[in-house]
Amino acid sequence: MRLPFSDMYNRPDERNLLDRTGQGLIGKPLDRPEGPLKVSGAATYSAEWNLPNCAEGVLVLASIPQGTVREIHADPVLAMPGVMAVIADKAMVRRSAQGTAGKAPAQDVTTVEYFGQPVAVVVAETFEQARDAALALRVDYDPAEKPVPLDPESPQAEVETPSDSKPIEGGDLDAAMREAAFAIDVSYDTPGHASAAMEPHVTIAEWQDDRLILRGSYQMLSHNVKEIADCLSIKPDKVRIIAPYVGGGFGSKLGITHEAVAAAVAAREIGRPVRVVMTRQQVFQTVMRRSETRQRVRLAADAGGRIVGLGHEALVSNLPQEDFAEPVTQATEFLYGGDNRLLKVEVARISRLTAGSVRAPGEAVGMQVLEAAMDELAEAIGMDPIELRKRNLPATVPVEGTPYSSRMLVEALEAGAKAFGWDRRQPTPCQTREGDWWIGHGVASAARVNMMVPAEARVTLNPDGSALVETDQTDIGTGSYAILGQIAGEMLGLPIERVKVELGDTRLPAGAGSGGSFGAISTGSAVMRACEAIRETLAKKLGCEAEELQLKDGVASGGGKQQPIAGLVQEKPLAETGSIKPGKTAKDFSQASYGAFFAEVAVHAFTGETRVRRMTGAFGFGRVLNAKTARSQCLGGMVWGIGSALTEELAFDLRDGHLVNHDLAEYHVPVHADVPAIEVILLEERDAAASPLQAKGVGELGICGAAGAIANAIHNACGVRVRSFPLTLDKLIDQLPDPFAPATAKVA
Amino acid sequence: MHARVNGTEHPLPHDSRRTLLDWLREDLGLTGTKKGCDHGQCGACTVLVDGRRINSCLSLAQLHDGDAIETIEAIGSADALAPLQRAFVAHDGFQCGYCTPGQICSATALMSELAEGWASAVTEDIAAAPVVTRAELQERMSGNLCRCGAYSNIIAALEEVIAAEGPLRIDAEASA
Ligand code: FES
Ligand code: FES
Repeated sequence: MRLPFSDMYNRPDERNLLDRTGQGLIGKPLDRPEGPLKVSGAATYSAEWNLPNCAEGVLVLASIPQGTVREIHADPVLAMPGVMAVIADKAMVRRSAQGTAGKAPAQDVTTVEYFGQPVAVVVAETFEQARDAALALRVDYDPAEKPVPLDPESPQAEVETPSDSKPIEGGDLDAAMREAAFAIDVSYDTPGHASAAMEPHVTIAEWQDDRLILRGSYQMLSHNVKEIADCLSIKPDKVRIIAPYVGGGFGSKLGITHEAVAAAVAAREIGRPVRVVMTRQQVFQTVMRRSETRQRVRLAADAGGRIVGLGHEALVSNLPQEDFAEPVTQATEFLYGGDNRLLKVEVARISRLTAGSVRAPGEAVGMQVLEAAMDELAEAIGMDPIELRKRNLPATVPVEGTPYSSRMLVEALEAGAKAFGWDRRQPTPCQTREGDWWIGHGVASAARVNMMVPAEARVTLNPDGSALVETDQTDIGTGSYAILGQIAGEMLGLPIERVKVELGDTRLPAGAGSGGSFGAISTGSAVMRACEAIRETLAKKLGCEAEELQLKDGVASGGGKQQPIAGLVQEKPLAETGSIKPGKTAKDFSQASYGAFFAEVAVHAFTGETRVRRMTGAFGFGRVLNAKTARSQCLGGMVWGIGSALTEELAFDLRDGHLVNHDLAEYHVPVHADVPAIEVILLEERDAAASPLQAKGVGELGICGAAGAIANAIHNACGVRVRSFPLTLDKLIDQLPDPFAPATAKVA
Repeated sequence: MHARVNGTEHPLPHDSRRTLLDWLREDLGLTGTKKGCDHGQCGACTVLVDGRRINSCLSLAQLHDGDAIETIEAIGSADALAPLQRAFVAHDGFQCGYCTPGQICSATALMSELAEGWASAVTEDIAAAPVVTRAELQERMSGNLCRCGAYSNIIAALEEVIAAEGPLRIDAEASA
């Protein structure tokens, strides 16, 4: 079937088809169809496939930062009960693959590049046997002669401009800063973060002759197949990955990690399936980290609060030769005006586990700092921080001149302010005291770039009037099962119970994968296009134009005719594969999702402990596909914002490079008690440049700036401005106002 | 040595290193109980032992001779969900679903603890019957981490079930 458009998304699809279909599923807060399986423990996650004769592998990690493995004392371990093999194969990987790499990451574990890098895998009959043997394995090392530094701030650290991130320069920022009525020049730092998905990384590898089947916890299956195939020097079509349920990813499962290759190599060597589950400590030490950042923000404004100069420079880190550099200034490029500008990111080469994507790479840490600096500017001018933001939204992207596809930032600021009660905020700090607590309020903008990636999906309309959606798209908690079914049901006029969605198997057409907030819009667009092709056929069979065709509750009508859809399909199912690829719309428009965060905090007057008391977020991300799952994405992002603001921080020991807080007891993700009632407002929007669905990404938006709102609320509460995240009590306590002074404090 | 799991008697494993969690998952195939950390830090492995919630990763299987153990599989199945499970679905009290069985087991025990009048660290008057505030629920659920950040939805699900099931009193004002 030929559709009136190419795969490439070159022109905004202004037909807004989903506004004209009649089933009424799109946007509805429908429950997740896989929900009953998840709440009853019946959804099968990757470690839970019961393969007969499966052996257990446990990774062994390096206990030095850099060097080479001189000897692995395998014999004593091989004599332990149940132990079958100690493997340190050249194919095994030292680093994790970056998202969408599609090729092997650095291989050969005889070289050690960072403390905690896997150097071997021990295989035994049971998990307990393998774990004890892994603990007992002695490995001798030769330390590196010319080690790279462990600390990104070390003067010995080589600092480079990443290959894919050219600095953005315009005008004369220094002059603008000198001449401005108000100028802010501040340095902030943010620590490293861990994704810490609740399901640890795991792979079960099984060889059937020369074909490899992996059951593993990954986010982007079609890329992962290529990565694992490249590692093992086999053809990608020999690899199948099965991952119907993934226990969270947040970037850490974008590319394959060490346990996948170790399991595959071990299974080949012992001729049995092998399962390798990483321990929680291994996940922390070896999978992926978000880089720490040091950021300098310069803001120059005229007397009216218009930004005339904007500088955002960041130092991040990664292992030598690694392409990824946390794109800290990604949203700064388009968010606020100021023609005199300098945006740049530099990367220090150090010895720590691979830095890569952790939920919302770039904006997660860039926006929280930019938004804290904006608050500083608002304070310097004496202007309401919402007004300052509204005054500085450019007509087109500064320097480039690209138009915006759509931008709901003003609407989000206004809707959020109203719901939150912003008008009751005290503009100056230290005005509200409740008992021992200072109370304060803060605001921040949210922004996250929108991306589409190539995706395919197959939709089959069956003679019984049911439909099946198939793609290797994963659902890592993002709502793919729900949303893709809703799109198909809407397009084909079927009640949601008549639509089945199968995901997470590379035998199915290659979806986008889960990452970069692009899963729903990319794979969803592919589903929509497959359905459009089916609609063309149905229209022809009914004898009407495709434009006149109405499908609702299993009945087709158009051109004065009406018939059950099942009757039109007759005996052979109608199957179509839809496909979409990013095209000219990606270049012609600046596409992003926007929003606003509002936070109320209480800061303890004596200890400096901060509690978030309530939060409101308002978001515009194009068409809402499922109001329930979208809201949850926003909520989840804001919870990450609380962690980023107050508790989360990777701590590396600078003597030997080991990650000190490599578990959930010491790396503090927010818990129930840290998270207040959070209000989420979803704004209606259509963005035809973003996708044929007129939808944009939402998976990461909720974190992008959230911690800034909390930092600003802390300042508003107690007058302390801390420029080093997380804002723990030790950083506040010595700057707190005298808790006994009567001062200006009102007791509420 | 035997333990009763979801009503059925099972011999305990021979390997004394096997945790209750690994025994349930690996030997009995009850994989609804999850392993998130294996160190008592996340709550994904929460099960009920003689009605009390514990982290099954922190307990060796052989210590459970004669115990009655209940896992998520006993609370309700996909086609016969318990009220709490239904509320989790309706309120989207999960995303990836990995922490979810632990949250539900924990919440189940929480409700009986409240009914029995147990106090928590945030209970104002430990001599009086606990009043169900949002803060009480948050405090009592804090051993169950959710990286997807479904916390507010989980609390909403819990509040709904507690309100419907009684006899606990929800303090609407304190919850607001
Ligand atoms: S697995 Fe037991 S507490 Fe995390
Ligand atoms: S639902 Fe994913 S960790 Fe809770």
